[in-house]
Amino acid sequence: MSKTREILLGPIFTNNPIALQILGVCSALAVTSSLNVTIVMCIALTVVTAFSNFFIALIRNQVPSSIRIIVQMIIIASLVIVVDQVLKAYAYEVSKQLSVFVGLIITNCIVMGRAEAFAMQNPPIPSFFDGIGNGLGYSIVLLFVATVRELTGSGSLFGFEILPLVTNGGWYYSNGLMLLPPSAFFVIGGFIWLLRNAKIDQVEPAEYKIASHTK
Amino acid sequence: MSNPKDSVSRTVIVALVLCVVCSVIVSAAAVMLRGKQQENAVNEKKMNILAAAGIEVVNGDLEAAFATITPKLVDMRTGEFSTDEDVMSYNMRKAAKDPSKARALTREQDIASIRKQSLYSTVYLVEGEQGIERIILPIHGYGLWSTLYGFIALESDLNTVAGLGFYEHAETPGLGGEVDNPKWKALWPGKKVYADDSYMPAIGLIKGKAAAGDMHKVDGLAGATLTSNGVTNLVKFWLGENGFAPFLSKLKAGEA
Repeated sequence: MSKTREILLGPIFTNNPIALQILGVCSALAVTSSLNVTIVMCIALTVVTAFSNFFIALIRNQVPSSIRIIVQMIIIASLVIVVDQVLKAYAYEVSKQLSVFVGLIITNCIVMGRAEAFAMQNPPIPSFFDGIGNGLGYSIVLLFVATVRELTGSGSLFGFEILPLVTNGGWYYSNGLMLLPPSAFFVIGGFIWLLRNAKIDQVEPAEYKIASHTK
Repeated sequence: MSNPKDSVSRTVIVALVLCVVCSVIVSAAAVMLRGKQQENAVNEKKMNILAAAGIEVVNGDLEAAFATITPKLVDMRTGEFSTDEDVMSYNMRKAAKDPSKARALTREQDIASIRKQSLYSTVYLVEGEQGIERIILPIHGYGLWSTLYGFIALESDLNTVAGLGFYEHAETPGLGGEVDNPKWKALWPGKKVYADDSYMPAIGLIKGKAAAGDMHKVDGLAGATLTSNGVTNLVKFWLGENGFAPFLSKLKAGEA
């Protein structure tokens, strides 16, 4: 039981796919300008990672090693298309905002990385939990980034006004930069800094030292 | 090849089986959900039309709110109503891409930078007891980053704006994206499109604030000159001689 717990909860802080492994950053930049969209993206990615891990682990002993990456891609791609179709049918507004990024889950390094690193060596059930855990690790970073970006960029959370904007007669001047994708770099950087302050073992040793200019 | 798992025949079989299983799952999902998806797209369009017309949806009952609206097809060459195509299935965006269903615009004509214009346009009439109460016209054109798609609604005099709204664009959030700001959109109703009887659109955005009582000018979007110019151009185009001006003049004269 404690092993399942470790697989499930480990990726959230101690082995976070975005903060420690720096995977899947592209979608973290693109879909975090509002919380509603972010949550749907997180659920979509978690579902895809969990099920792709599950199915790949299920057939891991049958897959010839020469085509194993292709097999993984086919399973991931099929799952992503199904998720995209479901979103278009049942969450139309959000799927329009996510647009191409649902499709891009296929190329998200987290999904592929977990399939190759975990699901190919482990049975289906632990693989499934590993997928959920990594999905949650991804989600926690995205939700953090989206909360900061939506609050400072639009003065709202989940579309509800928290800081009344000047354009609507309030006092808060919205920070337009926070609505543009590059701002997520700063926020993710801040998250990683906070995390590594709390968990010092994640700090990588410096690859080189800057020499002093003067003697 | 000592491992039987890696033999060529085994590889081919695994690949084939996997492809068949996955394609069945994907096609099944696509087919089963198609109806719901199309319904969503249609509902969304109706919502946009209603929003531009300023009709409120009561209790989420879209059908009841839409019942007062009649879609009609207008031939952009003659400015008359047309029944050449099925109005319910006609898609202006698809038609604009089909050379046989669209006309190319010359550089002078194409102030909205749309390049090709579909031969027919779907307009929506809100009909009451005294005939047409409002008319909703589709408009689109290039802003700064993207094509803005929207509707403009006119009152029964076919000159006073009843509302304007864009349902699709990718302008800069906070600057050009303010075309979605309800306060800015509220500036449009009451403005007159044409001055005198010329059918040359006088309506447009100006830099800064429009003078109080100005019948034709709307405040520009602060910090978004190019989006503002784009909106002016697309409104002028669609209400001008290559847009709906011939249709509106015929409709007014009762000849459409």
